[in-house]
Amino acid sequence: MKSFKDAEHLFRLAAVFLAGFILFLVVRSFLVPRSFGRYGHYRANAIGEIAALPISYAGHQACENCHSDIVDVKSKGMHKTVNCESCHGPQAKHVDDPGSVTPAKLDTTVLCPRCHQANIAKPKTFPQVDAADHSGGAACNSCHQPHSPVIASAGGAQ
Amino acid sequence: MNITRRQLLVLLPAAAVAWDYILAGTPEASPNYNMEEHWWGMLIDTTKCIGCGSCVRACQLENQVPDGYFRTWVERYHAADWQEEYPQVDSPDGGKNGFPPAKESGGKNFFVPKLCNHCAESPCTQVCPVGATFVTPDGVVLVDQTYCLGCRYCVQACPYGCRFINPATLTANKCTLCYHRITKGLTTACCENCPTGTRQLANLKDPNDPVHEFIRTHSVQVLKPQMATRSKCFYYGLDGSVR
Amino acid sequence: MQVPVEGFMYPNEVELQWSVLIVLYPFLTGLVAGAFILASLERVFRVDAVKPTYRLALLTALAFLLVAPMPLQLHLGHPERSFEMYLTPHRSSAMAMFGFVYLWYLLAVLLVEIWLDYRRDIVLLAQNTTGWRRLLYRVLTLGSTNISPHSLEIDERAGWLITVIGIPSAFLLHGYVGFIFGSVKANPWWSSPLMPVVFLFSAMVSGIAAVMLLYMLLTVMRRQAIDMRCVDTIAKYMFYTFLIDFSLEMLDLVHRIYEADESFRSLDFMVHTKLYFSHIVLQILIGTVLPLILLATTQVVKLGASTRKQIYTIAGCLSLIGIFAMRWNVVIGGQLFSKSFLGYTTYKMGFVTREGLLTAIILTILPFVFLWALVKLLPPWPESSPAPLADASAAGD
Repeated sequence: MKSFKDAEHLFRLAAVFLAGFILFLVVRSFLVPRSFGRYGHYRANAIGEIAALPISYAGHQACENCHSDIVDVKSKGMHKTVNCESCHGPQAKHVDDPGSVTPAKLDTTVLCPRCHQANIAKPKTFPQVDAADHSGGAACNSCHQPHSPVIASAGGAQ
Repeated sequence: MNITRRQLLVLLPAAAVAWDYILAGTPEASPNYNMEEHWWGMLIDTTKCIGCGSCVRACQLENQVPDGYFRTWVERYHAADWQEEYPQVDSPDGGKNGFPPAKESGGKNFFVPKLCNHCAESPCTQVCPVGATFVTPDGVVLVDQTYCLGCRYCVQACPYGCRFINPATLTANKCTLCYHRITKGLTTACCENCPTGTRQLANLKDPNDPVHEFIRTHSVQVLKPQMATRSKCFYYGLDGSVR
Repeated sequence: MQVPVEGFMYPNEVELQWSVLIVLYPFLTGLVAGAFILASLERVFRVDAVKPTYRLALLTALAFLLVAPMPLQLHLGHPERSFEMYLTPHRSSAMAMFGFVYLWYLLAVLLVEIWLDYRRDIVLLAQNTTGWRRLLYRVLTLGSTNISPHSLEIDERAGWLITVIGIPSAFLLHGYVGFIFGSVKANPWWSSPLMPVVFLFSAMVSGIAAVMLLYMLLTVMRRQAIDMRCVDTIAKYMFYTFLIDFSLEMLDLVHRIYEADESFRSLDFMVHTKLYFSHIVLQILIGTVLPLILLATTQVVKLGASTRKQIYTIAGCLSLIGIFAMRWNVVIGGQLFSKSFLGYTTYKMGFVTREGLLTAIILTILPFVFLWALVKLLPPWPESSPAPLADASAAGD
């Protein structure tokens, strides 16, 4: 009993630790997010939150629903694999409200060289020119129709 | 307020569907998306890349990527004769506005688009101290923006340099494989806008996916295979000099 | 970002992720681990010669341990979320261990050991003082005023046990930092099984040097005589530890040069250019080789006491600089080169920013402020031990 009395302070210390530990467990049970651990060591609701983010590019399917005439022209030419928004930019807002939101007019002198300006690293089979030499400053769409760009008179298919 | 019987016939089912959503909590994605049917990856055909930067611009617009940071970028390689060990590489502003004319001539020259590899054995998710970054059951590596501490350990652990800290949110950020699009049947912003078909989304669990078929039947490579990250971004025509 | 880049870096790599605060953190926990190991020399290994520094070493460890989480909190993008490491620690992450290892070491090891060793003093101080101090000491007694010889004997044995547990705990507290770097396979400058071991041994050198310097300085300030047997023994242990540390670092270097893997050319170039001053000059020559030569001299040549004191002071200061440089070279050096091995970036350290130099300086000075307060509250000097009141023998029971 004397031994116990002399070690009493150690028991007090242990009690303080135990109280702290229990408090930690209680606080923890309130703070851990509810969906945590459902699929793995993460907050499962985050998946849904990320999936619900807003969309800027509508996707070519949405364009083709209304603009089937353009699609027809494009599908017969060299740009058949180029999607609409690749040149026209994100159009999800236009798809939601076609009347009031219209795509901006494009400047071909800036747009076309992005792909077609000659560069040694581009694949050899890819059609590329030096824009300044090729057109002498004229806009690309003064000779080429962007939706089907190859010029028939120059010997290409239409 | 007078509600006609017709209006009620429309309102009630709509209310029922809405109530369903409320009961389900946050929906995973669109109602007919099943995570178990998908295991996402990407195929990049470097023989087709023209370095136009459309993918980089599209990604920035779709995902509000801050200037100076990149969820995807394009590198240009110049490997001179016999010098494959030490290629010259550049990526001006990530290739966002294309590339200036090359100063070098001769040798091998090509473009390599890069993005998060969505590794199946992801080293970045391994090191996250709190579980803020994770691999979803359908194989996409995501970051929980409300849980991330911004400790930057994941940025250090990525062998491919695809992560960054968003200066506005001070949390880790990277390519999400446009998870908000692919779960709705759309493709990623970069794939949608690539004019040459260099980048293609793949569902590695779908036997009928033509991209998956290509990966299964052609010689493809991954970046830094020695890191054993089980990267799901497959490259066709990847030169040995690519870092 | 107008950071000068040489060669090619992946676009997201140009900006450094971990700043000078992350250099400071392992330096501070290293001092904690080293000071504690010195204290354990007396307690567990019965090296009586270093007894005069025992209490000072514990208080030094506590002062640095209290400041250690601060650079981490200041570095985090969201420090208000740092408690998440206690809620949902990711068991595969070395960093997730931090919260628990730190808490364990602070509460279960260091505070308990200090409490057990000082308990008699605390009880007496609770009786001798007035005002807020009296309240503070009374709280620290946890309500028990038993300082009978038997209870003190129990404290002695309990303290011994805590120290025995404390040694591996101290290794864990600092070793895990080395492991955080050493386990990153993406970074060849860091990835090495030697990293935790090198961190630990350099930590021990820095901690021992710090306590030795503090003891000499404070003893001189108190106009007392420095116990030469004590500092001679401490310097000897510092010398041996430093030899091991140096051997490990040289082994890492030689191994890298010999194996010459894909990263070698890039890293070698970096060490010879961007890291030349901090690595070759500061860490190796001035910070390791020179102190080793100085300490070796005292071991083989018979020198007078005042010469030895001067040499210990110089060697101690140079070692601390060298070991800080080592942390700098690991943390900053590991981020200066591209993982493509084709380029290098530059570290732009701010001054009055959240992670700038001024912050680092303040955080380096702060532990000494804490130590000053601790020394005032719990004097570590034998002659400052409070004497019991005349009727104290009746008060305890």
